[in-house]
Amino acid sequence: MKILVVDDSRSVRRIMGGMLSKMGHEIFEAEHGKEALEQLKAHPDIGLLMLDWNMPVMNGMELLEAMKKGRDEGPRPTIVMCTTENEMSKIVHAMTKGANEYIMKPFTKEILEEKLGILGIHGEDNGA
Amino acid sequence: MISPEAVQFFLMLLRKESGLALDESKKYLLETRLEPLAAQEGYASINDLYMAVRNTNNSLLRQEVVDAMTTNETSFFRDRMPFDIFKNEVIPDLIKRNERSRRIRIWCAACSTGQEPYSLAMELASMSAKMPGWNIKILGTDITEAVLKKAREGTYSQHDIQRGLPTPYLIRFFKQSGMNWVLNSDLKRMVEFKRLNLLSNFSWIGQFDIVFCRNILIYFDVETKKTVIGRIGGVLAPHGALFLGGSETLLGIDNPFVRAGGMKGKYYHLNGAPAPVR
Repeated sequence: MKILVVDDSRSVRRIMGGMLSKMGHEIFEAEHGKEALEQLKAHPDIGLLMLDWNMPVMNGMELLEAMKKGRDEGPRPTIVMCTTENEMSKIVHAMTKGANEYIMKPFTKEILEEKLGILGIHGEDNGA
Repeated sequence: MISPEAVQFFLMLLRKESGLALDESKKYLLETRLEPLAAQEGYASINDLYMAVRNTNNSLLRQEVVDAMTTNETSFFRDRMPFDIFKNEVIPDLIKRNERSRRIRIWCAACSTGQEPYSLAMELASMSAKMPGWNIKILGTDITEAVLKKAREGTYSQHDIQRGLPTPYLIRFFKQSGMNWVLNSDLKRMVEFKRLNLLSNFSWIGQFDIVFCRNILIYFDVETKKTVIGRIGGVLAPHGALFLGGSETLLGIDNPFVRAGGMKGKYYHLNGAPAPVR
């Protein structure tokens, strides 16, 4: 699956991209929401977004809003928030705005795999 | 470094007290689990802990050794597949079959800190519209009192609630409390926890429609496995379902079960059980 990792931290993009790539996925990166929109336009077959909340230029919630407005442009990818925001109110807010799952940082490989498993997304070696 | 005598002693103790059949290749497990216990109890090394357990009549320390070795990793909705089968096949069948009694009894053997019985409780709570007024009870048992205490509290860390738990269930069934997450009391009330050693005769615990006994049989030798599985057969209703762990099998063991649910199913009915209700 083509996965876009949207996070302003290069090390988070590298670590998460590394985990996902080992699971057999193809990884794209964006530093903020605006760049993510450009990537989505260039690669409409991206199936999953791993999305940080707090980023410069355009944050995660603003990106969710922008994607909602542009939903006529094609099928919407699945969205997993991955953020340090760990309050229940924030989790509820993101899920209401259209996120499909929510990961709180710090996360482990097991957490990442199990959260994607909930959404029916498995690594290629897991017989997806 | 643990001495060969200590390894032999602890392996024998574990086999006798819990049925855990480890061999010397699991020496690392003894070291990783018992070194922290030795330090916590004020012994200079794991060998000093061995001397203390061997030479004194300290049953509490003996129990702590068994507890440290038998505490197993668990997570919400571990391996997912059994929970999907539970929700989509086994419970719908029980709704038809138990229509008159409107009662379901479930036993999670070796439930550790409670994630498995609470996962089942969450699935059942989500299906409550299909079974209004039903009397549903889940029993969680484990050999270790410390994990049962945590299970009864129903309080989990951020790491725990991220392992396998779908976020909509987190929102619906948990409250945030500082750094932790606490299950709501309605859900906690669905599950009762009791201490139980699977090596003991547990015929007194009643009869169950569903038994989850996952990822514990792998630690038993063939004879112990046969005894435990036979006894589970004795407390399972004639139409009941037994779920085992993903890497566990009853192949080669004389047992009263037949496999159900296809290749990926990994659950069992008693031999001669009535066909599912359509």
